[in-house]
Amino acid sequence: MILDPSTHHNLRSRKRLDVLFGRLCQLAAGLGILILIIFLVKIIVDGVQNISWAFIVGDLSQRPSRTGIWPAIVGSLYVMVLTALFSVPVGVAAAIYLEEFNRRKSRLSSIIQLNIANLSGVPSIVYGLLGRFLFVYFFGFKTSIIAGALTMTLLILPTVIIVTQEALKAVPQSYREGSMALGSTQWQSIRLQVLPNALSGILTGIILSISRAIGETAPLIVVGAVSYVSNLPKGLGDSYTVLPIKIFDWANESQEKFHQVAASAILVLMVGLLFINSFAIYFRARAKAKK
Amino acid sequence: MTSTQTDQAVIAGSPKGSGNLPHKRVSVHLQRQIREGAIKAFCALCALLSVITTITIVYVLLTEALPFFTKVDFKEFATGTEWKPTPEPGHYGMLPLITGTLMITIGAGLFAVPLGLLSAIYLAEYAKPRAKAILKPALELLAGIPTVVYGYFGLFFVTPALKHVFPSIQSSNALAGAIVVGIMILPLVSSLCEDAISSVPVALKEGAQGLGATKAETTMKIVVPAALSGIVASFILALSRALGETMAVTLAAGSNPILTLNPLKGIQTMTAYMVSTSKGDLEHGTMKYWSIFAVGLVLFAFTFSMNLIARKLVAKFKLNYQ
Repeated sequence: MILDPSTHHNLRSRKRLDVLFGRLCQLAAGLGILILIIFLVKIIVDGVQNISWAFIVGDLSQRPSRTGIWPAIVGSLYVMVLTALFSVPVGVAAAIYLEEFNRRKSRLSSIIQLNIANLSGVPSIVYGLLGRFLFVYFFGFKTSIIAGALTMTLLILPTVIIVTQEALKAVPQSYREGSMALGSTQWQSIRLQVLPNALSGILTGIILSISRAIGETAPLIVVGAVSYVSNLPKGLGDSYTVLPIKIFDWANESQEKFHQVAASAILVLMVGLLFINSFAIYFRARAKAKK
Repeated sequence: MTSTQTDQAVIAGSPKGSGNLPHKRVSVHLQRQIREGAIKAFCALCALLSVITTITIVYVLLTEALPFFTKVDFKEFATGTEWKPTPEPGHYGMLPLITGTLMITIGAGLFAVPLGLLSAIYLAEYAKPRAKAILKPALELLAGIPTVVYGYFGLFFVTPALKHVFPSIQSSNALAGAIVVGIMILPLVSSLCEDAISSVPVALKEGAQGLGATKAETTMKIVVPAALSGIVASFILALSRALGETMAVTLAAGSNPILTLNPLKGIQTMTAYMVSTSKGDLEHGTMKYWSIFAVGLVLFAFTFSMNLIARKLVAKFKLNYQ
């Protein structure tokens, strides 16, 4: 086709087509930025007028003009911290097994690897179903914070493992060899050489995974996070709500004033996420600088 | 802390303390070996947890959906046109949920596939480093926005905008749902396609341009066909994400399980059914409880097979060029 001599005659139209195609691609890419800007403007315009200190630290209320979001923020923080506590040790250990203890890639580790890839493609709501049976009913945690956090842990574990593996892969092989040649055991070389060098990368990945968990809503609804709590949760067995669930509920209300409250809650959630992700950006920059 | 110090003493072979005596050495060695073994076993156990999770997911979906299928005829479930869980005993024909889900998925694909591919081509072939430095973080930001926020956007921005074009549109509708899910999977399509396109060997491109092809011709006739299996895999992965998307579609597309192909009407997807059913009281051992597991089983079967196909395609793609 390209060598077809007839195309030689319409060189000009081919060139015009070439420019057009480049512009089209540019336009498509630009659309992403445009959508992002529209998103942010829309949410800021809708939500900013409601934001006040009283709104952030206030209790939930059935009336849109009086409601605050503090219980939802506290609930989100509880779930976030517990999820991190559960998922980080397990995820990092699993990644260490796959990348360090099993470098020759046995059959078992390739099965595990394939399995992790499959798990990361399972829709989040299916993890909700798993948690509903396993934690809420089978282990008897009822609809408590702990059931929610454990469900979230299973949800983000594949991601935590994958990102930790990436960070471990980036540590040069010579570090391990050097340390082992000096007589250290494998665990010593992992703990004293590999992990400190992979730390920035691991932290980046973990922060991004956790921030994904904060925005997740569906699995928590399925494991019974409620939409209204009158008191702050005191222990891990209490019922709770989280920010995204409040946003969902308020957006679903028929009264228009609630929609503004939803937008304000979105604003708080997004600022929170941005704050957490800024640590990830910092660690990523540090990991890059090291290279 | 103390173990670190002994480790280092042993590594350095320093003659400090009694670590030097032969019998002590052996016991330190043994101690070390036990600790190594224990740590390795713990790590292996953590890795195995992922396999256990998969098995548990399949087991839970099957056993909890089983009581449902003893009460509902499978044929009615698969081909019935009415989904009406209340009042009891209710009708459980899945077709309305299936068509609703497919409308969202296909609509999102129609939006995200061409746009994602074109922007990936721009990023891989055209963009200068400065443009890339703006575009990639913007796409990452878009990908990091919680799904419930996309739902808000669909409900209060996309639908009002669509109302100017289609005055009869319902406040929750499949079209808005498809658009926001399309926006949501756009970064995924774009970044996966970019990876596929970037891994096409430069020699192929140089060959085409050496023969006089323009950049657009090289891209469309050489690069894209060469990266095709990776590109198709990225489409399938993105569509499977759209299939399992929950909060955005529940808000934007509604919770109204009717059998329709009209995108201006409110519908209910499989995921939206699970969420709205879980919102109320959900007693273990009721028909309501079992039904969400039956629907979940269908969703899981769909997404799992799509992911498998995508992985097969990626594997094939890797064989060709690496």
